[in-house]
Amino acid sequence: MNENLSRRNFLSRGSAAASAVWLSAHWPAIVAAAEHAHQAAKSAAPAKLQFFSSDQAAEIDAITARIIPSDDTPGAHEAGVVYFIDRALTTFAVDDQKTYRDGLPGLQARAHELFPVLEKFSLATPEQQDKILHSFDSHAAGGRGMYRAGNVSSFFETVRVHTIVGFLVDPDAGRGGNRDGVGWKLIGRDRDHMFQPPFGYYDKDYAGWQPNPPDPEKTKA
Amino acid sequence: MRPDTPKYKTSDEVDFVIVGSGAAGGIMAKELSTNGFRVVVLEQGPYLTEADFVHDEIKIINEDLLTNKPKLQPTSFRKTPNEKAKPQRALVYGRCVGGTSVHFTANFWRFHEIDFVERSKVGPVPGADLRDWPITYADLEPYYTKVEWEIGVSGLAGASPFDPPRSKPYPMPPLPVKGSGVIFERAARKLGWHPFPAPMAILSQPRAGRSACVNCGFCLAFGCEVGAKSSSLAAAIPVAEKTRRCEIRPNSYVHRIETDSNGRAIGAVYFDEKRNTHLQKAKAVIVCANGAETPRLLLLSTNKQFPNGLANSSGIVGKYLMLNSGGVATGVFEDQLNDYKGFAVSRVLHDFYELDKEKVGFYGGGGMDARFDMTPVSFALGSLPPGTPSWGKGFKDTLANNFTRTMELFGHGTSLPVETNSFSLDPDLKDAWGLPALCLTYKDHPDDVKLSNWLSQRALELLDAAGAKQKWAPTIGEQQFAVHLLGTCRMGTDPKTSVINSDHRTHDIKNLFLCDGSSLVTSGRGQPTMTIEALSFRAADRITALAKRGEIT
Repeated sequence: MNENLSRRNFLSRGSAAASAVWLSAHWPAIVAAAEHAHQAAKSAAPAKLQFFSSDQAAEIDAITARIIPSDDTPGAHEAGVVYFIDRALTTFAVDDQKTYRDGLPGLQARAHELFPVLEKFSLATPEQQDKILHSFDSHAAGGRGMYRAGNVSSFFETVRVHTIVGFLVDPDAGRGGNRDGVGWKLIGRDRDHMFQPPFGYYDKDYAGWQPNPPDPEKTKA
Repeated sequence: MRPDTPKYKTSDEVDFVIVGSGAAGGIMAKELSTNGFRVVVLEQGPYLTEADFVHDEIKIINEDLLTNKPKLQPTSFRKTPNEKAKPQRALVYGRCVGGTSVHFTANFWRFHEIDFVERSKVGPVPGADLRDWPITYADLEPYYTKVEWEIGVSGLAGASPFDPPRSKPYPMPPLPVKGSGVIFERAARKLGWHPFPAPMAILSQPRAGRSACVNCGFCLAFGCEVGAKSSSLAAAIPVAEKTRRCEIRPNSYVHRIETDSNGRAIGAVYFDEKRNTHLQKAKAVIVCANGAETPRLLLLSTNKQFPNGLANSSGIVGKYLMLNSGGVATGVFEDQLNDYKGFAVSRVLHDFYELDKEKVGFYGGGGMDARFDMTPVSFALGSLPPGTPSWGKGFKDTLANNFTRTMELFGHGTSLPVETNSFSLDPDLKDAWGLPALCLTYKDHPDDVKLSNWLSQRALELLDAAGAKQKWAPTIGEQQFAVHLLGTCRMGTDPKTSVINSDHRTHDIKNLFLCDGSSLVTSGRGQPTMTIEALSFRAADRITALAKRGEIT
């Protein structure tokens, strides 16, 4: 998955876009960035389950696929989020194992309660699945926050946060999430780690810095 | 390549032991070792290098690679001293060689003249103990210039009509303007305000063997992989180590300053990585552990002469904490900014630096910047418009559209010094080493909350003038989490109302010095590191002069 970030590519891509001066000025940085990518490639996760059984994984995969659904663009399923969560539960999110162990049977019970014919969440239609998940959902969006293990109490909220992290984490961080960078592709985050201005629409025609009026009235509110 | 540095024995009485290797400690080590002194720096965190600085949000944000460890170092919070504090994550600070300067935003404004003489200018403020500094802007100006040239700050002199006088231009041009900066500049000018290129402690050109910024997009909260961010780790400590007189000793958790029967400091007691205890002897001790751990260390170092904490005859060690106030507004635009590329901030304005108390109805002032400082994960979890579904198609579509089209405006403002706002020792909670944990007591002065919301309103006004498609600003309430840690061992001439004098020497102990955010008398307008570093350059000069005259021991 990291061929596109190999040292050779870093350099050739750089030289296509940059002047020789820029390149030589940034040489140590380029080598460092390439080394970073190389390290990441070595530690990339194999898609093998460590915590979930394959049945459990199918259920978790189905939940993540409603949190970030697949439509004309890839969603959590294509990003391999379930593998990210599986690995998280044996590494940085080991404290959340119980939440998953207890939460999944609770979810199945709720699915059965709302739709008695259903044996498994993963067998429900997307509409049914959304209804089941909405019955757990108490989260209000907005506000400035960062993910922290242990701060999310309910099972669904835990899966929601893990899904978002697994979808958007640096694909080269070796965490097994954001497979093939599909999460970053969706949001428009270029997979490179070096950029040159102009960065976007608003700075591309910037005429350069013009001084403020020489003797401004020092405005006070 | 790091040079061979000395390995001092703990029994070897070095000239100075410095506690902490961050913004202040790193510069102190550089200056004192360059001036010929033998120096040991004790840093509680690990010695990480550029190779350790990854873009893995989980490692950085979730596992606290660069910062204090809540599991090992629990903290508590309460609003007022009458309440019992509850265990709660209450602060963040850098815990690695280089300290907080490793992961900071790198906004590097100087304080203005007003910050040092505000009490004289605006008079007393009820509910606060606002005081003038014992030094002025003019005293500190040469040292601000040293920070810019020796540590590395990019910027454009004279671009802001509100800038205080300076003796030299910046050593490097400003960093490139970002989309958020262009939008900010145009809208601010429409409103008659005076935006200017942000002074940033990030290299815009290669300098001193360090690379220029490559705009990787993982800046705030992350360590710089290419050494472009002017942290103490990148800019000061290598110089100190090159003298071969300075030893940086990581994983060394100082928990006591030892004194002799004459009341003189004899060294610092610390746990090594294996929790063995050592006493590093020194002729003088300089504490640069910032506004939480510096007062905590003094409060932990009680003895017969100082039952309430070392150098605490005033009883104010830990008090008058200021966190800085601040407002924030977010805007979404029609076209792509791609503001995730690059450092956080490229444009700033200081039009509100000195607000007229009579006109606005509260004391204070602030600056404002245009920024994008979110990573993909933190953006998805915290920066979508209010009312956006938190999962499902609506969430996905908004996320996909907004990440490249969002920018933020941050207002940064004053905090008033209130005696009851403090860091103290929690009577019950202990850290993993069995020592009393930090307790944060904080309730913003009402004027600080008014200022924060006033700044948010100006930010919304600017987003409106900029033609944002969507904009919002949360109402700012009272803070209960500390990032800027200021004023807890403040400087002054009166030993009853301050802890250190203008040489950073404690009033009580001749060979004990404190220099970091705790030294600040007022909070400035929200960007304290530049001033902490200037103070450190100045303190090193003062301490060198005292030592050379034989006036320390």
